[in-house]
Amino acid sequence: MSRELLKGNVAIAEAALRAGMYAYFGYPITPQTELLEHLARRMPELGRVFLQAESEIAAINMVYGAACAGVRTMTSSSSPGISLMQEGLSYIAASDLPCVVVDVMRGGPGLGNILPSQGDYFQVTRSAGHGDYHPIVLAPASVQEAVDLTVLAFDLADQYRHLVILAADGLIGQMMEPAELPPMRDLPTERPDYALTGAKGRPPRRIASFYLQAEAEEAYNQKIQARLARIRQSEQRSVEYFTDDAQILVVGYGSAGRIALSAVQQLREQGLPVGLFRPITLYPFPEARLRALTAQAAAILVVEMNAGQMLEDVRLVVAERVPVHFYGRMGGAVPMPEEIVNALRQILQTEVLS
Amino acid sequence: MQHELIFAGFGGQGIMFSGQLLAYAAMDCGYHVTWIPSYGPEMRGGTAYCTVVIADHAIGSPVVKHPSIGVIFNAPSFDKFVPMLQPNGLLVYNQSLIPQRTSRQDLRIVPVPATERAPTPQLTNMVMLGALLTAKPILSLDALKAALETHMPSHRRNLLEANVEALSIGAQLAEQLLERL
Repeated sequence: MSRELLKGNVAIAEAALRAGMYAYFGYPITPQTELLEHLARRMPELGRVFLQAESEIAAINMVYGAACAGVRTMTSSSSPGISLMQEGLSYIAASDLPCVVVDVMRGGPGLGNILPSQGDYFQVTRSAGHGDYHPIVLAPASVQEAVDLTVLAFDLADQYRHLVILAADGLIGQMMEPAELPPMRDLPTERPDYALTGAKGRPPRRIASFYLQAEAEEAYNQKIQARLARIRQSEQRSVEYFTDDAQILVVGYGSAGRIALSAVQQLREQGLPVGLFRPITLYPFPEARLRALTAQAAAILVVEMNAGQMLEDVRLVVAERVPVHFYGRMGGAVPMPEEIVNALRQILQTEVLS
Repeated sequence: MQHELIFAGFGGQGIMFSGQLLAYAAMDCGYHVTWIPSYGPEMRGGTAYCTVVIADHAIGSPVVKHPSIGVIFNAPSFDKFVPMLQPNGLLVYNQSLIPQRTSRQDLRIVPVPATERAPTPQLTNMVMLGALLTAKPILSLDALKAALETHMPSHRRNLLEANVEALSIGAQLAEQLLERL
């Protein structure tokens, strides 16, 4: 396979259909519209389902239906559209259905703007809708990673029968970068054993998220919690740069993570002991590796394109063993490497050299 | 090695395609490359710009505050982006549509009468690219021509020859200017 110059949104769309996505439902919103546009052309070519719904609320409920029928299915949107989907996300999660949701995050709150942001971290990692659960959340930092994580998202969704959210930001969606697409997978010939396919010749199946008795609802919740424990055990993912001897550890994901890498490289060239820890799974948060790295660090700097959301997860892991600093930009503003360099220099002066 | 370029002009001047073509050529030459468009609430006739980063190592930030190279197609973009270029950077600008000058002494400046000399106004961007790669051979002109052949959409194939010609015109203009300097 050869590398192609691909826009993030297009790369995610093409990777999804190559991973065996049979049905896509969505509604246009910048900065993810090219994703929809690509699938509008490609899905009918392949004889699969592309449907532009009348709203995001309709789209997520169509995904719910397709997931009940046992096919690989996906929707995509950007922050305000994901807000509209909250009820459907919770119903899907509480029905143990696999599906993939792409959030190409933009500036908020409210209608906000169409510029890149990471302001949805709380929304996607904490529950995505009401009730007690977490989706699996993956955060790409390049177009290649967006491709790879889209395929992984479908596999994890099926493996755990769980909702997976690909949390990209507007920069990843809009950027073009060389990337290699995965080979086209065949669609499965059989539906999974929970799928609603018509009960002819077999006992009926039932998919619902509805338990009237507290005992039954609690027992079901315990089942979700046991699954989440398995996910936390097995699926923590992260990447590290220059962490071997890092005294100041930068923690950042997605675009903020790769921009922070530029800052870390600059300071490393000057011989300063800084490193980068880039979470790939936002849920499960890669706490095992971060805890290990915290043991050797004098201070941590969290960099995000929000007011400090992953910051809370970092603080939970670090547990006040070392000082945790924060640098963030909001509302669609993107941090520049120079700004992160300045923040790191200040920390180096106060925490390491003093 | 890392180059950060900004391409800026009116919507419709082929700004986005210029950046993309350079990005394709850089990829085909084995470099790391990123391309990002401005995608704000743009309107027809408004300013459009894209940023291209080309490097021989993995690219951290694809976002650039101070590009090392500016390829500027119209007057509003000249006012907006020339002050942001890195000291000792390169400025290639479309003299046909940009009457103003900059007071900056720390730039290499290549004025190109691109729109006047282009075979058609639609080929202004290729004249600018030809001038750029002659003033600063980040990639060879041949690499760009090869990228044009490989990545031009099939329904535009009939324009290939005209595009190649426009590239050569830009290269000649830059050569003449550099000789005079």
